[in-house]
Amino acid sequence: MEPIKTIHSRFVPLPLENVDTDQIIPARFLKATTREGFGKNLFRDWRYLDNDDTNPKKDFVLNRPEYEGKILVAGKNFGCGSSREHAAWAILDHGFTVVVSSFFADIFKGNSLNNGVLPVQVSDEFLQKIFNQDNQSTLTVDLENQKIIIDNTGEEETFDINNYKKNCLLNGYDDIDYLVSIKEDIEKFENQTL
Amino acid sequence: MGRTLFEKIWNNHLVKTIPGGPDVIYIDKHFIHEVTSPQAFAGIEKRGFKIFRPKQVVATADHNVPTINQHLPIRDMLSRLQVDQLIANCNTHGIELYGLGHPFQGIVHVIGPELGITQPGMTIVCGDSHTSTHGAFGSIAFGIGTSEVEMVFASQCVLQSRPKVMRININGELNKGVVSKDIILYIISKITASGATGYFVEYAGSAIRAQSMEARMTICNMSIEMGARGGMIAPDETTFNYIKGRTFAPQGEEWDKKLNEWKQLQTDDDAVFDKEINIDAADIEPMITYGTNPGLGIAINGLIPTAESIPDEGERKNIIKALEYMGLQQGKTLLGMPVQNIFIGSCTNSRIEDLRLVAGVVKGKKKSEHVKVMIVPGSQQVAAQIKAEGLDKVFEEAGFEVRQAGCSACLGMNEDKIPAGEYCISTSNRNFEGRQGAGARTLLASPLTAAASAITGVVTDVRTLLN
Repeated sequence: MEPIKTIHSRFVPLPLENVDTDQIIPARFLKATTREGFGKNLFRDWRYLDNDDTNPKKDFVLNRPEYEGKILVAGKNFGCGSSREHAAWAILDHGFTVVVSSFFADIFKGNSLNNGVLPVQVSDEFLQKIFNQDNQSTLTVDLENQKIIIDNTGEEETFDINNYKKNCLLNGYDDIDYLVSIKEDIEKFENQTL
Repeated sequence: MGRTLFEKIWNNHLVKTIPGGPDVIYIDKHFIHEVTSPQAFAGIEKRGFKIFRPKQVVATADHNVPTINQHLPIRDMLSRLQVDQLIANCNTHGIELYGLGHPFQGIVHVIGPELGITQPGMTIVCGDSHTSTHGAFGSIAFGIGTSEVEMVFASQCVLQSRPKVMRININGELNKGVVSKDIILYIISKITASGATGYFVEYAGSAIRAQSMEARMTICNMSIEMGARGGMIAPDETTFNYIKGRTFAPQGEEWDKKLNEWKQLQTDDDAVFDKEINIDAADIEPMITYGTNPGLGIAINGLIPTAESIPDEGERKNIIKALEYMGLQQGKTLLGMPVQNIFIGSCTNSRIEDLRLVAGVVKGKKKSEHVKVMIVPGSQQVAAQIKAEGLDKVFEEAGFEVRQAGCSACLGMNEDKIPAGEYCISTSNRNFEGRQGAGARTLLASPLTAAASAITGVVTDVRTLLN
């Protein structure tokens, strides 16, 4: 996993609420047995007409060249529905490393953190301020200080992340490294309780 | 202060707490399927690890399997590769697999309970959000991502922050024609598709106690549709009677010992929940959804809300967008609207009791010639049971297509899909855009409503057909 420290980038706005993981990546694209290559089907049915990837819907934000960046900004309850981690893989594979929303579904949030995608939860008001920026505006996400800044205006908000996960992301560690390191504790637990 | 059922089971499985971080929770049973496991197997192989406790893992193939001609090789090459990969991985790592052709094969959340693998007091995970189903037995069961599947492979543990706890009490008598699917659709319509995010839910009250195990599973199954990590129901005699004698249920002295333990699994009277909701069972009518998340539901004889009646601007926009996708109009009734498809199946409603309910409505009747009806038993054992009871004849005489076990048209992944633009009354759990196939329009409802509408070809209040 790539470490995340500070991300400074333009952003891609998706001002829709309840974006579920079936929209992020429809089930028919979950047939691969590796983690790579899901980005091309990110938001597949919003992105292309008639399920034809040579026929993009021109008004969808991923097809508009004036919008780009490593930060996806979406409405509340992002990532609800299916637990498919393929949603996080598709977002990462497309080139996003941060998703900003005013509310995340639990499983999606965990999946993102486990793949080096940082979910940044902001207030509804701050989210609206980001949506009000033009397409050249940039955001700075500073994980060490748990801050997100709208660079144009200097407005900022702090965001929550637990210390354990923060350290994992800052250092590019994952949970399996940790769990394997406490194997003795796990075996002791089994002996005592099972 | 007393403890909740959730806290008791969680604490029984707490290996350690990371300061400022999540808890390390020991997992008793880990179910896997073909779609969310291959990358986890590849992950541990790359690290050079073995599966830590392979005997606590059970596998089946369900999401990506065809529901006809299961004896033949899978036609879709990518699907076949994924199912073959599961077989190879289970062989390599010594995991019990109930794959295609095995008499125990079926939807993972149907087979766990019916085989007696799912038991009270357990912690259960699976790379599937509907793992909450198993909470009906008084266990902590929740869906995980593939990285977490890999964690459980490596350590039999997951890292989880302790969720808040919510209790939903449903007391009183249910109305005629109202079943457990209506209860959960009603709850979600009241608290919204994100209303329980961050919580683990316990369902309680006399109306819950009166439900059978299979009906309880339907309720717990859809906990995720309001954002909850999981749902659970304290075990009681109904639970114990269901488990007793099943293939992997404890036997003899072991049964007596377990039963004593299970009887302790109750929320203490003085336990405090972070949130508590009370519902009068008499307020619940047969439910149906009109929108593109499971929270957008109404009583079947009610009206689709008008945008102007919704105060929140975001929610108003959601409904306008949803109605546009669904091709429906504000302020109108759904009753009498023609539908082209009926899907009876999925981990929500594909168990024997569901299919008996359907048979009760359609026996001696024929489906409308305008609808295609798929009925998909949740497991090989359910399929065998409908034959033993002669229900397959009832369905065939009604013109229903009885298929083989699998997730089928719930998720638009395997061959079973709903055509773009067409309506489908579905007993499944999600009505998201494109969930049942690109452009498909899903109306979620109970098996009774699906059965009644199959006969008439239009959205129908089952109470008009019940005597």
